[in-house]
Amino acid sequence: MSLRLFESQRFMRDRLRAALRRGTLGVLDIGSSKIACLVLKVDPERLAALPPPGRRAQAGLDAIRVAGFANTQSRGVAMGEIAAMDEAERGIRTVLARAQRHAGERVDQVVVCFSGGEPRSYGVSGEAEVAQGEVAAADIGAALAACELPDFGQGRDVIHAQPVNFTLDHRTGLSDPRGQVGARLAVDMHMLTISHAAIRNVAQVVRRCDLELAGIATSAYASGLAALVEDEMELGAACIDIGAETTSVSIFLRRHMIFADMIRLGGAHVTQDIAHAFAAPLEDAERVKTKHGECHATTRDDRELIELRRIGAEREVERRVITRTDLIGVIRPRMEEILEEARLSLDAAGFDCLPSQRVVLTGGGSLIPGLETLAAGVLDRQVRTGRPLRIQGLPQAAAAAQFAALVGLAAHAVRPQDECWDFELPEREGPLRLGRALRWLRQNW
Amino acid sequence: MRPLRRRRARRDPAPSRLRYRLTRLWLSPWARRGLTVVLPAALLIALAAGQLRRPEIRAAIAAAAADLRATIEARPEFRLTRLEVVGGSAALRAEVTEAAGVGLPVSSLAIDIDAIRRRVAALGAVADARVSVSAGGTLTISVTERVPVAILRRGGALGLIDAEGHLIARLAARAARPDLPLLAGAGAEAAVAEALELVARAGPVAGRLRGLVRVGERRWDLVLDRGQRIMLPERGAAEALDRVMALQRSQGVLDRDVTRVDLRDPARPVLRLGPRALRARRDGMHPDGEDT
Repeated sequence: MSLRLFESQRFMRDRLRAALRRGTLGVLDIGSSKIACLVLKVDPERLAALPPPGRRAQAGLDAIRVAGFANTQSRGVAMGEIAAMDEAERGIRTVLARAQRHAGERVDQVVVCFSGGEPRSYGVSGEAEVAQGEVAAADIGAALAACELPDFGQGRDVIHAQPVNFTLDHRTGLSDPRGQVGARLAVDMHMLTISHAAIRNVAQVVRRCDLELAGIATSAYASGLAALVEDEMELGAACIDIGAETTSVSIFLRRHMIFADMIRLGGAHVTQDIAHAFAAPLEDAERVKTKHGECHATTRDDRELIELRRIGAEREVERRVITRTDLIGVIRPRMEEILEEARLSLDAAGFDCLPSQRVVLTGGGSLIPGLETLAAGVLDRQVRTGRPLRIQGLPQAAAAAQFAALVGLAAHAVRPQDECWDFELPEREGPLRLGRALRWLRQNW
Repeated sequence: MRPLRRRRARRDPAPSRLRYRLTRLWLSPWARRGLTVVLPAALLIALAAGQLRRPEIRAAIAAAAADLRATIEARPEFRLTRLEVVGGSAALRAEVTEAAGVGLPVSSLAIDIDAIRRRVAALGAVADARVSVSAGGTLTISVTERVPVAILRRGGALGLIDAEGHLIARLAARAARPDLPLLAGAGAEAAVAEALELVARAGPVAGRLRGLVRVGERRWDLVLDRGQRIMLPERGAAEALDRVMALQRSQGVLDRDVTRVDLRDPARPVLRLGPRALRARRDGMHPDGEDT
């Protein structure tokens, strides 16, 4: 693991804590089709009164209030990654200025999520002797440090590293072993890496907007936090966030994300298909998709006619008329393809072995009517469409499925689950003698 | 048909970097307070200070203030036309009126009631004074007069004192107030009440009593004419005096040639004989003296 990113993750955690104490935090979702921002007002007293973070992942939402919301069409973002820095910066400036004006408050720290950067999931495990008989945070740190890291290649960085399961001696399935007595502690950690360049670009664009980056998350994780209910998270469920150009897949079990993946297909591809098939401008294709789109054709759809302009038409009157069945005939194969890809991803992750195999669809692409039935057929599992959790003060406009990642990111930001860098790891080779001496003192006195 | 006028390209909603930064600055509390409160206040203060530096403006302001004050003071609601002194003798009332030093008519805002009260209370004959402005433009001074009960001699000067030993006024001659007893000696004014009681008990020699002398700030001597002295103890002086008075009534002790009746030790009263009596005693005669 790159030590520098590890340190910067820790640094971002400190910033996040400072922002929570101060009570104002920005949440930014950089998507391929839209950039959305929430300004959160945090009530530190209520936050402190909540149960510990391990128990209820979404509890943090009780303590926050949305003060500002803004949403704009994204520019300079492709496949969930920043493709044009200037454009992306302008987009972020737009939403931040609006959200700040809406909130009447200045935002200095933002938490960002994005879907790109080719996330790859790894499950790793490590073991360590318990030093004092009773498991302390330092023992967890030692076990985490003992994890054997896979070779995730050059130019990749760890964005999430969450201990998801603890085994103390012969008891497994512990969510928090602190305070328990045992001799040998083993930990299973879920590690998600994304490309270093993607993180660097996000950090850079945030810096260019005069903001401080207080945390990054992948939108697969964020939308899962918002769209799944607690029971689904506990029993095992997958969240498929169908975005514009990317589809994020995440699997949750026992309140932890254990797998995440990204498919480079999304709702924008459906629009492109429509534009191709009917030689219509993209603008019109998007309009008919959202207005008339469906996944299942009925005989009635043959009689329903839709007017479309043609690309490069000289005259306004030059239109072409298609039936709704034609439209569905274009949409459905692409949606099936997306779901097939998601199914492949889930199968690769061993979703079959989970006790409960619910699938929750969310994201802008999930708004196409009839997708639930289609997905139930393709994925062969129970499927529902998930909308994000409600937060106090969330505008109606932001309560739709395409804002699941944004709301989930708010939940994550307010009450981050323990990550690897929240524990003090023992240094393998110690250049800092003083730090080691202090730690020795703390452990032995 | 393609429209003749090209459709205007949609404006980019993104704020320019400068505008974005200014918005953020405006939203930060310190900058906003600085711009909306501190800066205008500083400007106003600077402007006012700049104007006040010019002497003619300062003079004009002072004149306007004085004018305003004069206008208010001149209102009939505040005018005092009568001074009323309540309590005390006529002479005292005249004295108080003079001491108050209020030239009528005057505005009630222009007088200092506390100062008047202090001036009046400073008079020796005034025990307590209350000054009030009552409706109808009347300044009322109610005084409580001190009553002289004795004359105090200090050095060569005589003064009238009240029961608390407070000096009321100077007295030119003892003969001016023959009705009051004369007290002398250091600390006499602190025990006026005791002295008055002694005087009241000294009925049989009232005509001959010249005065009382405080000795050593602790006990009294009664001084009669012909240089006779009754020396009373520190405690139980009244009872001791009663004994002497009983002797006087029964045997006329004080009418004989006795210069001192010493009762300082209650167990051993002592008489000091005058020279005539001494001589008679030495000669075995029995003139008109007798010892105990």
